[in-house]
Amino acid sequence: MRSIAAWLTIVVLGASLLFAAVSLPFGSPAMSDMDDYFISHGQEQTGANNIVTSIVFDFRGFDTIGEACVLFTAVFGVSVLFRSRKKGEDYEYE
Amino acid sequence: MSDCMSKLIRTTADIMFLFITVFGFYIVLHGHLTPGGGFQGGAIVAGGFILLIVAYRLEDFLKWFQKNTFQSCEVSGLVLFIGTALAAIPLGYLFFMNFLNGAGGLFGQAVSFGINPGVLNTAGTIPVMNIAVGIEVLGGLSIIILYMTSGIRSHEEGE
Repeated sequence: MRSIAAWLTIVVLGASLLFAAVSLPFGSPAMSDMDDYFISHGQEQTGANNIVTSIVFDFRGFDTIGEACVLFTAVFGVSVLFRSRKKGEDYEYE
Repeated sequence: MSDCMSKLIRTTADIMFLFITVFGFYIVLHGHLTPGGGFQGGAIVAGGFILLIVAYRLEDFLKWFQKNTFQSCEVSGLVLFIGTALAAIPLGYLFFMNFLNGAGGLFGQAVSFGINPGVLNTAGTIPVMNIAVGIEVLGGLSIIILYMTSGIRSHEEGE
């Protein structure tokens, strides 16, 4: 009984996801207001010819600040993990 | 790990390091005109340093480049990035305002609208932030590989 219910769930979920993926026409998104705005105004507002860079570094600059801080934190964690131990120093949590 | 790679690999790494570094800085500097940007170009430059670490011994690499250089690269890149964003506030703009765009100074040439190949001296604070992020990423990725290589070595020495 449980296996039948599991298979039924998989089939129904997979069919609905597949239907959603197939019924979406390629290259014509449902809402394109933001895309149209960026494409038509990005160059004159930021001065950058590369729309992707103008979005990443100007329209969504907070996101990039977060990314840079994430990278800094990752390097900090690696440096803590791989630090060289002093002579005679034991692991405290073992 | 105690020996470096063969002479063939070392010579190839010597030659390729220059080209990889130049290509990475090209990607960083042209981030507002061509595909790419600070993250991608910084990763390419860090790849050049990683090639040197792999081809040579770690002691040889640390003779040429200090560990502190990469650390200060990373920190100064992050500080320059946030400082560029904060510098708009004392000048009377909002946080993260592109105040250099069209001002006529550094990166301030007026851009010609429409489809064009582009001029390097445009886009205001975007190239500055690209350079800052590029410096940060090249320092960060290189220092990660440096720490991991030294970790392997201290493990192999039975410490």
